[in-house]
Order: sequence, then structure tokens, then C-alpha cells
Amino acid sequence: MAEILSIGQGTTRAAATGTRRKLGPGRWFVLVLLVIALAVTLFPFFLTLINGIKSSVDYAANGPLSLPKSIDFSAIVKFWTLTDFGLKLWNSALISGCVAIAGTIISLLNAYAIGIGKVRGSRVILVILLLGIMVPQESIVYPIYYMAKATGFYDSLLSVIIVFTVLQSAFGTYLLSSVLGSFPREIIEAAEIDGASRWQVLWFVVVPVVRPTMLVIGTFFFIWTWNEFLIPLVMLVSNNHQTVSVAMGLTRGQNLSDPVLQAAASLLGIAPTIVFFLIFQRTLTRGVAAGAVK
Amino acid sequence: MATAASNNPATHLRGYYLYLIPGALGFLLIVLIPQVANFVLSFTAWKGVGTPRWIGLQNYQRLLQDDQFWGSMQHTLLFIISMTIIPVILGVVLASLLFDYIRDQFGETLPSLFRAGFYLPQILPVTTAGVLWGWILSPVGVANMVLRAIGLGGLAQNWIGDATWALPAVSLMIVWIQVGYCLVVFMAGLSRIDPSLYEAAQLDGAGWWQRLYNITVPMLAPEIFVVVLTTLIAALKVFAPVFVLTAGGPDNATLVPSYLTYYHFFTTQRVGYAAAIAVVQMALTVVLAVIFLRFQSRQQAV
Repeated sequence: MAEILSIGQGTTRAAATGTRRKLGPGRWFVLVLLVIALAVTLFPFFLTLINGIKSSVDYAANGPLSLPKSIDFSAIVKFWTLTDFGLKLWNSALISGCVAIAGTIISLLNAYAIGIGKVRGSRVILVILLLGIMVPQESIVYPIYYMAKATGFYDSLLSVIIVFTVLQSAFGTYLLSSVLGSFPREIIEAAEIDGASRWQVLWFVVVPVVRPTMLVIGTFFFIWTWNEFLIPLVMLVSNNHQTVSVAMGLTRGQNLSDPVLQAAASLLGIAPTIVFFLIFQRTLTRGVAAGAVK
Repeated sequence: MATAASNNPATHLRGYYLYLIPGALGFLLIVLIPQVANFVLSFTAWKGVGTPRWIGLQNYQRLLQDDQFWGSMQHTLLFIISMTIIPVILGVVLASLLFDYIRDQFGETLPSLFRAGFYLPQILPVTTAGVLWGWILSPVGVANMVLRAIGLGGLAQNWIGDATWALPAVSLMIVWIQVGYCLVVFMAGLSRIDPSLYEAAQLDGAGWWQRLYNITVPMLAPEIFVVVLTTLIAALKVFAPVFVLTAGGPDNATLVPSYLTYYHFFTTQRVGYAAAIAVVQMALTVVLAVIFLRFQSRQQAV
């Protein structure tokens, strides 16, 4: 690798003043291949869209590959009322929103002590936190379930909010600590000399600087929590408390024999994600490199 | 706290420890105590009510003779193909096509559009993906319709209801989900490579495949390592795709450790036994995680 590097750099200088790369003749061919690959990837989304808004009669007559003859929302309405989907959306949004906020705040507090306070044992703390979130949830789910039952938190949104605030903030601490680790010392010292308390330094000096990072972390917490399945499945048994992800996971058991209803179900499951995606596309695709640990 | 800027380093540090308290309490309650409790439970026989009965290593002995458990471990190995191997290969090729060719020929916009499109399945709730693919792969679903339409009706299968095809069918969905993750990480990695490296190689007569092999792959080695390890860890935890599409069936053909754990915890109520499976899963994950963390800290040290 070192060899390639040195060769590359040697010739780079020679080429720097040289020509731009020529437009290859095969470029349209490559582009078409990539477009086909992308079309295959996105085809399932397209299928749910054209079938979720079709009437059952239309589906039976023309199959899933034809465009709908007329737009018919009856399957969507049926699945919506069948699962009380509005409530599921609200539960998911409430849980994910609370986790995003609480998780980011706890990440910030931890990272303040680790990244700026440089408390003793920082490295050990980070390693334990990371191991804690990398191990499978299967090995903590039963004790959590048991504790929740014993304390009356079982089947409450709060139990799931607490669990994911802790799990997500373990990861957020890792990310924010490295960001705060390189925070300019002089700024903090200047504020301290001016008589700012540690609490004031955090809120009036550190937070304004790292707010963009906190927003990225919060966005990720929101979507990760939205997509979580095992723990909400175990903890939220009653219909009124289920999340979108759990409701989707349980549709197979409900035996939706009508294929249009199935398409409508996936369309409703996909819709919120598409909305997040359109809002946060740049954050998501760029920030994922940082999120590689998950 | 107000006089934090004192010169004594000991009092200087003490104030910061307070900020760890909420996080530490939560972590203790939600991760550490349950983890220890699960470990202890794996040495007991317990139905979830009453007092657990200490049985030593019996759960682990039973595990070694449990065909379901070994079957689930085999399936995990097979899921490595769809979680790690295929997505990494596709991800490298796609990322390098987009970075080293499309960006060069068509500008910056197209690669980011492609990246966003390939990434979309990755942020979908897995259970939603499961509903979607369950519908596509059902006996009367789109997959079979397409096969019949192009004259390959003989290949039509009951994809998720047939023990031979269920695992490949679930794998197909997993590949669909995973490619975007690999692609995005690899493209982020490529962005730190100097494009003139490619230009120089091209001037020296290196074709696209040669550049892929001699520049892209070696330069992406850290990202490839990270993606391989994180997806291996994820392969050990595959749960939702199996739960939604096949529930471990048909005939245990898609059983995975996570599903087996869930099944014994909450259906057969053999809590001690399920805890033992979870401990095995945890131990394997920790091994991979430690390799990963050592690598990460070496990277940061450089």
C-alpha cells in the first residue's frame, strides 16, 4: 500500500498540470447499469405504492404489475382502522422523540465529564459503554422484562423510553466525547476566569458550539428508536401501547389474506421513513460513517 | 462548583464526576445488572415464577446436544454471506463506480442521488421491510408473477414457505437492506482519497478494475474492516427479519440464535436455558467487539 501511495504521489505532481480525464465512451453504458441496479433496489417501494392504492377488484383482474386503474384508498383506510395506526404513529413518535431528547442530553453530560473534564478512567468507561451496546439485547431483555413487571413499569411507554435513552446515550457518549475531547481549552479557561461555573460553561460555552453534532446524534437516536423491535415487542403487549415497528412485525400473525391490504400495510409502514428520509437525507447518509459502530 | 477553576487538580476533577451520575445510574440499571442477572440465570432452571433452581452447567451441556441450537448457529454462518460478504463486495464495486467513474464523468450530483437511493432500505424499520418482502415472496406474490410473465414459471416457488428456499429468501431481503450501509461508509472513506491518485493511475494506463484492486480496496481497508466487523456482530443478532418473514420455520430452516432465545424466554418459558443461549451469543459478540475496539483505538493513535 505504501508503495502504491508513493508511486501515485510521484506521478500526481507530473499530472497536476496535465489534462483532465477524458470522457470515456462507455460512460452511458455504466450509467445505465447503475440505473438498473437502483431501479431493482427501489422496485419494491414502487410496487407497494401502485398496489396499496388499488382496489381489490383491480388487483384480482390485472395483477400487481399494472398501474392502478383508479386511485382507491380503501385498503389503506381498512388497515389504518384495523390496527388503529394513528395511535401507533403517536406511540412511536412519542417514544422516539423522548429518547432523542433525553438520550442526547445524557450523552452530553457524560461527554462533558469525559471529553472536557478528562475524568480518570475515561477510556475504561468508553469501552464498557461500547461493549454494553454491542452485545445482543437478548442477553438483557429478560431481566429488564422481569424488573419492569416487578415495579409496575411493564407495558408502559415510559419503560421503553428509559431503556432506549440509556442504550442510545451509551453510543452518543462515545461520539460526543471524541468531539469534546478536541474542544479548545482556552475558551473554557477564559470563561472560568470570568467566573462562569461548570454548569454555565456547559450550557453557554460548550453547547452552542456542539449543537450541530447534537442535532445529528438526536436524529439518529430518533430513527434508530423508531426502528427498534425486540424490546418494544416484549415490553409493549397491549394494542394501545404498540409502536409502528411492532405493529408491522405482528401483521404476519394477523393473516392478511388480501394482498392489497398487505401492500397498504407496507405502504403505511414505509411512509414515515420516507418523510424522515426527505427531511434528513444529508444528515443520514453523511453521518452514517460516524455511526458505523451500531 | 462555582470555584471550579481552582488550582488543585483533585477538586478540579471532582466536579466533573457529578455529570456522569445520571448516565451511570441508567447504565447500571438497564445494562450491567440485567447482564449479570442473565449470566446467573443461565446456571439455573427457572420458569419465570418462583425461585430459580441452581443446576450448574446443565443448561450448557444440554445446549451442546441441542440440534436446534447447532442448526441456528449454522444458519448464522450462512447469514454472514448475506449480512457481510455480498453487501461488502457490492458496496465496494458500487462505491468505486460512483466515485472513480460516475463522479468523474457526470459530476457530483449523480453519485449523491445514487447513494441516497441505495441507502433508503437501510433506514426502513426491518419489520416493515419484512411485510413488504413477505408480500412480494408469497406464493401468489409479485416474485412468482414476474417469473411467470417472463416464461420462467417453472422456477416459481413458495419462497418463504418451503424449507429449501426460506433461508435464501430471507437472505435476499437482508442483502437488499445491507448494501446501502456498506455503500455509504465506503463512499465516506473514498472522499478522503486524493482524486489525482486515480488520474495518475489512469495516465499510467491502469484500467478501472486495476484501479479498484490496486487503489480503492487498499485505501478502503480501514472502512472494509469496520464494516466487516460491525456486520458480523449484526449477523449474530439477526432477529426481526426471521421473526417477521418465517418465525424460524418452515421446519426450523431459518432458526437463528436470537429467535431461539426469544422462543425459550417467552414461549416455552425455559428462562435458564434461553439465558444460556444469550450468554453464548454475548460471548461471541464480545470477542468480535474487542477486536473491533482494539482496531479503532489503533486507528485513532495513528
